[in-house]
Amino acid sequence: METVMAHPFAKYLREAMMPHIWCSGCGNGIILNCFVQAVDELQMDLNKLVVVSGIGCIGRAAGYVNTNSFHTTHGRPIAFATGIKLANPELEVVIISGDGDLFAIGGNHFIHAARRNIGIKVICANNFNYGMTGGQQGPTTPVEALTTTTPYGNIEHPFNLVHLAAASGATYVARWTTLHVRRLTQSIKKLLQKEGFGFIEVVSPCPEIFGRYNKMRTGLEMMEWFRKVSAIENFSDPAKAEITPERIVVGEFVDIAKISYEKLIHEKIAEINEKKMQW
Amino acid sequence: MNQKRVILEGSHFMNGDIACAEGAIAAGCRFFAGYPITPATEIAEHLAQRMLEVGGIYVQMEDEIASMAAVIGASYAGLKAMTATSGPGFSLMQENIGLAVMTEAPCVIVDVMRGGPSTGQPTLPGQQDVMQAKWGSHGDYEIIALAPSSVQEMFNLTIEAFNLSETYRVPAIVLADEVVGHMWEKVAIPPAQKIKIVNRKKANAPSEAYAPFMPDDDLVPPMACFGEGYSFHATGLTHDEHGYPQTSSSEVQQKLVKRLCDKIRKNADKIVRVEEVLLSDADIVVVAYGIVARAALSAVRKARAEGIKAGLLRPITLWPFPENHVAKIAQQTKAIVVPEMNCGQLVREVERAAKETPVTFLSKLGEEPHTPMEIFEAIRRNS
Ligand SMILES: Cc1ncc(C[n+]2csc(CCOP(=O)(O)OP(=O)(O)O)c2C)c(N)n1
Ligand code: SF4
Ligand SMILES: [Mg+2]
Repeated sequence: METVMAHPFAKYLREAMMPHIWCSGCGNGIILNCFVQAVDELQMDLNKLVVVSGIGCIGRAAGYVNTNSFHTTHGRPIAFATGIKLANPELEVVIISGDGDLFAIGGNHFIHAARRNIGIKVICANNFNYGMTGGQQGPTTPVEALTTTTPYGNIEHPFNLVHLAAASGATYVARWTTLHVRRLTQSIKKLLQKEGFGFIEVVSPCPEIFGRYNKMRTGLEMMEWFRKVSAIENFSDPAKAEITPERIVVGEFVDIAKISYEKLIHEKIAEINEKKMQW
Repeated sequence: MNQKRVILEGSHFMNGDIACAEGAIAAGCRFFAGYPITPATEIAEHLAQRMLEVGGIYVQMEDEIASMAAVIGASYAGLKAMTATSGPGFSLMQENIGLAVMTEAPCVIVDVMRGGPSTGQPTLPGQQDVMQAKWGSHGDYEIIALAPSSVQEMFNLTIEAFNLSETYRVPAIVLADEVVGHMWEKVAIPPAQKIKIVNRKKANAPSEAYAPFMPDDDLVPPMACFGEGYSFHATGLTHDEHGYPQTSSSEVQQKLVKRLCDKIRKNADKIVRVEEVLLSDADIVVVAYGIVARAALSAVRKARAEGIKAGLLRPITLWPFPENHVAKIAQQTKAIVVPEMNCGQLVREVERAAKETPVTFLSKLGEEPHTPMEIFEAIRRNS
């Protein structure tokens, strides 16, 4: 007799949205899987979870998870999520989006949300390029890398995202690659339990475009690169964690306690109303 | 208990920006996100104080793009939400206004118009964003825009904007101007229970059966908010009733975009508001809105005193445009005069609706609004 068993995570995914749009060998599925695993291990109340994304390949993740989700305009998920979190601080608001979305067009929102310490959680799939639009250069493209808009090699300096996040005030900062599945999952669990603004960069293969242009045609080859050059150095100086072809420092960089913006504003509201009562 | 009254009541002397802020609070708005800009800054400043007093949120964002995004987020989290700006900020908001249209997020945007294009004349009034309010975001859509012409109306129409936005799940714009925003007048605020407040239709289907974009007969879908027990997806992509992207279906695109337009077009009779003064026997009619309508009213009265049968039609809703009202008076009047603080925007709509009836346009740029005498002269010349 044949028994058809549902995947243990089936309840976390929207079946009607399948098949997903991602290429084979793409790292986005791994990131989604780690996220869902973390949500499952924490036994999170899905009714209180909101996943927000911008536009890009990874941006489709919001639609795939079976929780409250919103697919916003390109670059704006953080600003949108700020509104959600302030309006209802009981909601757990997670942003899953791309390097272009969060750090080029949306870069300003990222640094300001971190500065305010608004309690939203950002997971960035850094695939070193704009996958969705066919592989253009972006704010994390390595120097000399080839993309459709840097046919002679990239001459711009990439952001070191963990340094940027730490300098902007994030309470939790980590970087992993899609090779570090277990560590990434544990890190996401930690992120989801932190107060304030937290950030995880996930270095992720885009074999279909970035890999193809840069002599790593398959997901496996890209993962092989991650395996060769990544080094776990927890709580090392994020300023020295620039990603180069020779070295990808991964690990946790920041884990501090700081009262969140939403807590502060609700404290103020309570204070003001107490004063009013005393008049 | 001596608790300070959360919602104002009675007669108050205030400026238009503050009246707008108080109108928002009276309407039940509990979230404001904005970025300072003349001549709308006082709205933000007032709400920075008042929002927290009523248990609401005030947040100053990093720019107007973020402000508009945060407003949509707050609306989906269940609060009535607003932002306020002027031309440059209104331009920055346009892409996300489109997102609010597409995801049917009730929200209010106040644009206190100044002189443009670009940075233009920050402290002078303008009516140059009228077409942008309708057409500013890409794609086809319908939107609601109201034009207050007094401080009292800054209060009343802000409430009205919230009510319409909640009813039709569409962004509603309060299209004010620098004079209305900054002038001080008396505002009468009725007791809270006498103010009509409309709240969005809540989702009532069981959560498994809930389709977030399935409209009722009025073409407006009931709205679930995050955390209310419905797990749903919303996207700026073309989507079906379930909220799922359908990026290559012409059927879904037609159905969705037509419904977004029709829920306003087919309800236009219920939305449109105008003020009509001395129209029944008018030979010449002034069509004016915002602060300009105040001067137009004086001009019409003066003309009547001199024996000219003049009247005033004041569109209160600029969008949807009251074309039936204009078409009707065009049939009975000999000429129409349209004074605007721009190079000719709403006059195009008037001309379209007036058909054969001659329309004279009276432009004003870079100075105070038209004087009653200027409009009176135009009435006399054309009568
Ligand atoms: C305002 C705006 N500009 C440009 C685009 C086109 N666009 C869509 S996705 C994208 C880049 C996405 O890159 P990233 O965020 O890194 O996501 P990825 O596809 O690599 O996962 C761009 C430029 C858009 N949708 N909106
Ligand atoms: S283009 Fe790259 S990032 Fe996009 S789905 Fe394909 S492999 Fe993944
Ligand atoms: Mg990318």
